[in-house]
Formats: sequence, structure tokens, C-alpha cells
Amino acid sequence: MGFMSIVQQIIGGFGTTVFIFFFTLLFSMPLGILFALARMSRFKPLNLLMQVCISILRGTPLMLQLIVVFFMPYYVFGIKLTTSWRVYAALIGFSVNYAAYFGEIFRAGIQAVPVGQHEAAEVLGFTKAQTFWKIVFPQMVKRVVPPVTNEVITLVKDTSMAFAIAYAEMFTMAKQVAAAQSNIMPLFVAGVFYYVFNIVVAWIMGKVEKSLDYFQ
Amino acid sequence: MQQENMMQENTNNSAKCLFSICNVKKSFHDLTVLHDISVEVDEGEVVAIIGPSGSGKSTLLRCATMLETMDSGTLTYLGEEAARNDSSGKAVYASPADLRRIKGYFGLVFQNFNLFPHFSVLRNLTEAPIHVQKREKGEVEAEARELLRKMGLEGKENSYPQQLSGGQQQRVAIARALAMNPKMLFFDEPTSALDPELTGEILKVIRQLAEEKMTMVIVTHEMAFARDVADRVIFMDGGYIVEEGRPEDVISNPREERTKQFLSRFSDQGMQ
Ligand SMILES: Nc1ncnc2c1ncn2[C@@H]1O[C@H](COP(=O)(O)OP(=O)(O)O)[C@@H](O)[C@H]1O
Ligand SMILES: [Mg+2]
Repeated sequence: MGFMSIVQQIIGGFGTTVFIFFFTLLFSMPLGILFALARMSRFKPLNLLMQVCISILRGTPLMLQLIVVFFMPYYVFGIKLTTSWRVYAALIGFSVNYAAYFGEIFRAGIQAVPVGQHEAAEVLGFTKAQTFWKIVFPQMVKRVVPPVTNEVITLVKDTSMAFAIAYAEMFTMAKQVAAAQSNIMPLFVAGVFYYVFNIVVAWIMGKVEKSLDYFQ
Repeated sequence: MQQENMMQENTNNSAKCLFSICNVKKSFHDLTVLHDISVEVDEGEVVAIIGPSGSGKSTLLRCATMLETMDSGTLTYLGEEAARNDSSGKAVYASPADLRRIKGYFGLVFQNFNLFPHFSVLRNLTEAPIHVQKREKGEVEAEARELLRKMGLEGKENSYPQQLSGGQQQRVAIARALAMNPKMLFFDEPTSALDPELTGEILKVIRQLAEEKMTMVIVTHEMAFARDVADRVIFMDGGYIVEEGRPEDVISNPREERTKQFLSRFSDQGMQ
């Protein structure tokens, strides 16, 4: 098997990696906001429940969480697992796990907005929802860009954990090719892909950070 | 005694009472910050509140603007009750819808401005009129530009707060409050966060508002300013109103020992 065909196989897996990455971000960010709000809720039971959930999501291996999500329908409900479920299980597992991390970052960002901002908004008659979306949220976004960038870069690499439920993303493919060829070169090729992907991610996040430079 | 005198004055007065907070009590845990005090303000009146730090001036303003809830007391704007005592003497507030309407009657200017840093100057002024009062955008923007011009902030519409000096930021904050077309304004030490050379421009703006008969309650440490601009001065100490009256009496000729003591600290400002 020539170099080009190795690269081709890895590119096939790369598509899956990008797919997991993109949809995980898409779902985990809004879910993270919900987590943050629940975690800050003055309704004690919800607050406590969220605290426990976040603690478990951050305190156990992502790989294990993926396996639990994947096998849950079978063990809990007796439903036969299908191939397409693999995709959903991966997205659910990744999204919920990352939402826990994003949620804690968002919470810190929300709490860092000075109380005077809430008071000014309250005196002007903004509703709670308006105050959150118009006043707090944009200021939170600016504060969380650097820590979110870290998580996003970690996510690029974490997508390889999908192998735990035999979801063939790039790293799984590279390992298979490497095993078949008794050659670790495919793994290096995959490494280059991850690295270039992350350079692009860091560049985009840098742009985002810059675009928020207009206020302090 | 003083309370009675004040009530008397008000009933004799033909001017319309715009704002009143009566018998407000407020404690934080064990600390009683406001001991059953009352303030009424007539339309067009300028009231200065002076007193040492920790005397409860901010808490009084925050109760008046509903940033704090009173433990007990009544709060009225234009005859509309925002809060009153129930049978057990505990303050109960009006419905959220009523409170939202009543909040439209007043504006508050903070010591540290609290401008929205992510909004341009113009948007700081227009956001609430458009999205809270649901007024028409074009009209609101035209009015906001006019307000900025009046505040000497022409050409700053598209700047962001951080690009402005403290004095300019506070003028934007005053304009933001005025953009809501309030019936009255509260100021909590509007110049205390500013360098001395910048306080003048804020005092000038407030003076101008006073000339236009804007109803205002101003917490301030600027004694000369309070004496010149206020119709009435309230001296607070330890959560009580110790002395209240015309500025020439309270500031230049105080009756109470505590007022004299407090004012003696300012004598080097060329008060007497
Ligand atoms: N949120 C609060 N929690 C506890 N104590 C407070 C709070 N706000 C004010 N206080 C206390 O109430 C007293 C009066 O404060 P304040 O109204 O800010 O006085 P002033 O504005 O006259 O300096 C102070 O002793 C202050 O520590
Ligand atoms: Mg104060």
C-alpha cells in the first residue's frame, strides 16, 4: 500500500473526526449554558443535582462515559443496538461531557460580570432574560474565549476516544492501517492532521478573541 | 419631632409630591442600616443627602430605586404605590408589571457609572428605550443624539465607554438615565470615582438639570455644590435623618452637634 492510499484512508477517518468535533461543539456550547444556569440556580435541588452531574462528568473517564451511553439502551431498556446508534451515542457522550467543562467555564464567566451591570440593567427595567442575553452574555463570551480555546483544542484530540465504541474516526483508521502494515508511519500522518487541524482552530479562536477587543 | 415638621411642610405645600419613601426600615442581618426614616420629594425639587460614609445614604437610595427591598415602609411614585406595609408591618411590593411601570418614573446614576462596556455610547442610551419602553428606534436615536449633544458628547456616539474619560463616562451614564424620560433622577456620589479636575464637568451638568427643573435626589460629599444647587439638604448619620432643611441652614448654620462635627471636616473647602 502506497503513501497516497494511506493518506486517503486517513482522510476518510478525518471526515468522521471533523464530524464529531463540529457537532460536539454545536451541541455542547448551548448545553453548557444550560448547565451553567442550572448550576447557579437558586432552586437548591436543581443546583445540587447539576453540581453532582458536573462532578461525575469531569471526574470519570470520557471513554467510560462513551461506553455507558452506547450500551445504555441495551442494558436499561433492552433495545438492540444498531450501527447508526454508534454515531448518536458518540455525539451524546462527547456533547454532555464537554458541556460540563464549558458549563463551569461559562459559570465563572457569568459570575465575573460585575454586579453593577445587573443593577444598571435592573434600574433601566430590563427583564431577567434581557439582562442575561443583552448585558451578561456578551461580556461573558469575551471572558471565556481563552479557556474555551483550550477545551476546543483538547476536543480535537479527544475525538480519538470514539474508538472506545468502535466508531472509526481518524485515529482508529490510522491504528488499523498501521497494524496491517506493521508500520507506525500512518500514526504520524494522523498526528500531522490533528496538528494542522488545531492550528486552524487556534487561528480561528484568535480571530474571535480579536473581534472582541473593542471593549474591555 | 422633625418628621412631624416635615409632614406639616408638605401638606402646606401646594407642589406635587413626586416621590415618597416613608418609615423605611432596613437591616442586613443584625445590622440595622435604616431606622424608620422618611423622605418626600416634590416635583422640581433638588434634594441633597449628605453624611459620613456608612450612614446609610446608598442603602436609602437603593431602597428608593428598588435595588434593595425594604424590611418595612411604603414607597410611592406619583401617587402609585410600589410598596406598602401589610398588617404585620412588613413591606409588600406591587406586582411585577406595576413595578416595571413605576421603574420608568426614575433613573439612577451610580458612583462608578456602570455603563455597558460592550455597547457603543449611542447604544448605551438607546437599548432600554427601544427594548424596555418599546419606543420607535429612529425617534429614540434622534433623542439620544440630542441628549449627547447637550452633555457635550457630540461625536462620541460610536465610541465605546473604555475610550472615554471618567467624566465623559459619567455624562454618558446621566444621558442614559435621561434617555428613559424619567420624572426624577437619583445620584449616588456621582463624582466620587472621578479625579478632582473632572468633578466640575459633572456638577455643571447636574446644575444645568436643576435649572431645567429636573427633580433630583443627590448623595454627595461636595458641600459647596449641595449648598448652591439643592433646595433641601438632608444630613444622615447612623441610619437616621439627623437634620433636614434649607441648605443655608443645614450646611452653613447647622443646629445639631453631629452635623456641625461632620461639616467641620469640610471647612477647608471654603464653606463659611
Ligand atoms: N449588602 C449589604 N450587606 C451587608 N451590609 C451592608 C450592605 N450594604 C450596606 N451595608 C452596610 O450598611 C451600612 C450603610 O451602608 P451605605 O448605605 O452604603 O452607607 P453610605 O452610602 O452612607 O456610605 C454600612 O455599615 C454597610 O457596611
Ligand atoms: Mg454610599
